[in-house]
Amino acid sequence: MTASAEPTVIRTRGLSKRFGDTLAVDSLELAVARGEVYGFLGPNGSGKSTTLRMLCGLLRPSAGEIEVLGHRLPGEAEALKRRLGYMTQSFSLYRDLSVAENLAFLAAVHELPRREAHKRREALLARYRLERFRHRLAGTLSGGERQRLALAGAVLHRPDLLLLDEPTSAVDPQSRRDFWESLFELADAGTSVLVSTHYMDEAERCTRLAILDRGRLVADDTPRALMAALPGRPLRVEVERPRAARRLLEGTRGVREVAQIGAALRLLVDDDASPEAIAARLHEAGVEARVTPEAPTLEDVFVAATRRRREATA
Amino acid sequence: MKARRLLAIVLKELRQLRRDKLTFAMIVGIPVMQLVLFGYAINVDVRHLQAVVVNEAETARSRELIAQLEATQVIDVAERAATPGEVEARLRRGAVDLGLVLPADLETRLERGDRPAVQLIVDGADPAVQAAARQLVRFPVPDAEGWTDRVSPVETVNFYNPERRAPLNTVPGLIGVILTMTLVMFTAIALVRERENGNLEMLIATPVTSWELTLGKVLPFVGIGLVQVTVVLGLGQVLFDVPVRGSILDLYLASLVFILASLALGIFLSTLARSQFQAMQMAIFTFLPQILLSGFMFPFAGMPAAARGFAELLPLTHFLRLVRGIMLRDATLLELWPALAALAVFTALMLGVAVSRMHKRLD
Repeated sequence: MTASAEPTVIRTRGLSKRFGDTLAVDSLELAVARGEVYGFLGPNGSGKSTTLRMLCGLLRPSAGEIEVLGHRLPGEAEALKRRLGYMTQSFSLYRDLSVAENLAFLAAVHELPRREAHKRREALLARYRLERFRHRLAGTLSGGERQRLALAGAVLHRPDLLLLDEPTSAVDPQSRRDFWESLFELADAGTSVLVSTHYMDEAERCTRLAILDRGRLVADDTPRALMAALPGRPLRVEVERPRAARRLLEGTRGVREVAQIGAALRLLVDDDASPEAIAARLHEAGVEARVTPEAPTLEDVFVAATRRRREATA
Repeated sequence: MKARRLLAIVLKELRQLRRDKLTFAMIVGIPVMQLVLFGYAINVDVRHLQAVVVNEAETARSRELIAQLEATQVIDVAERAATPGEVEARLRRGAVDLGLVLPADLETRLERGDRPAVQLIVDGADPAVQAAARQLVRFPVPDAEGWTDRVSPVETVNFYNPERRAPLNTVPGLIGVILTMTLVMFTAIALVRERENGNLEMLIATPVTSWELTLGKVLPFVGIGLVQVTVVLGLGQVLFDVPVRGSILDLYLASLVFILASLALGIFLSTLARSQFQAMQMAIFTFLPQILLSGFMFPFAGMPAAARGFAELLPLTHFLRLVRGIMLRDATLLELWPALAALAVFTALMLGVAVSRMHKRLD
């Protein structure tokens, strides 16, 4: 079976993982199409890393089925590994080997023909701006440089599917932008990408997004569709004393969420609550405020999705 | 198992080892240090004990007797005292190791032979001094005629050391001790390190198999073990004149089998340990009974049956039989086959258990 024959590169059914008493991943149903940059968004401990590790055969699921690139896991993990690239959350190449030595090691491990290995290594060193550091030990690189090296290592053998576990957690904003450019470049070249993150701006760039909360899939769609389908509407409240206004609004009917953004408040209210009604409510309490509608953001979606579940289980 | 992947891991391991200065120093440093320590400092031939002498006889014969005792080099006359009472005070202070009292009626006692002529006062708490005292007691008490001719040279007094010179017996044993000490620990640590540093998570997602990884990481240590054997043999020859009476090929073959046994033990420990520190603790845990019970420190024959039975399970016990046999008694591997077979069984057993515990996953 080849990758081009499958529209779906990852499919899971009822995927669960239990560590002792904790259910880290809870009956996950996932379908990732070929060529997508698919995002995993979730707070720490939501099961992102555990899911990724199960998808590349590092962990065995407690229950459920996994099919990656047409290979069933965990049985066919070894065959899958030749077509899979995995970038771990913390830097996992050898710190006491140089940049070039690390890549040479990986090329040999993946059994790239020697001539090709050399060409590929030079191309990756150039592409990820690592030529200057060729002879530097990996342990002495900066966060951004290390991350570029890790990406080069993960794509060295031209995988059909690339799994990245919070790849940008230790790098500066500029490096993050560059990194995402590289991901889109890889996707354009036909690599399917599954990336976990807890940055909203990164999640928004994904072609499709799954929101995880305590092991469960609570939302799964394109970022645009998720924002359009946001239950309730966001409002901006400009007010003299935001902290007092916040206390006032928190108990109000129809107000789902209150957060302070700088000197203003951002509300998420029920669909039938109008800006005028909120302004009137504040006026009654002797607080003058300017209330205007706002565009929904992914953060609204995220908060709403994870909150709904919390209320349901509470 | 792919040769190229295996080679890549061996190469990587050697590169990392070259950059790990401390480990690199230990590979050569431990053999040299131990050889010098055991060869010189921990010498079971006790010599030059400081003695205080009370010569109440003060005859030509008594003086000659003291001179003869001193000539054995077991004792040095450090002080002279007038009465036996002063001896005790000096012993208590630790100023001397033993007292030698020659009574006033020494000549009579020697002639009649019914009572001991010379009295030795020793610190009984020190086993080394006691051993020396036993040697001195066997010093031939001279007859009336020509006793000086029959004084034995000091070597013959060495009755707790059948091979006569300590380094001769110690150096072959040291080969085994050094190999156990370094190889078990290095292998266990090297294998656990990959897991502790997170490299394993990356490696698991590649086509590398657990066998390739384990073998690739352990193979360099086979070479290192052989280098250590060579260092100890060479230095033993230069410093202590320790010969290799048997075949040098047999010696290296026996060492190779023992190296494999130690590596197998290290691999097994690595499957138990969760951190490099734990791996080190476990290595020390296996090292202690080996050094104490194998016959390296204490004579094997002198141990109680239970301890001997337990010692049969330890690889070092069998290696000592091999290496002492080959180096000191010119024995061949064929003659020593039971020890060789025991090592092979131990290696197979350890590897079998290790493999059953190894799997290429994180959980």
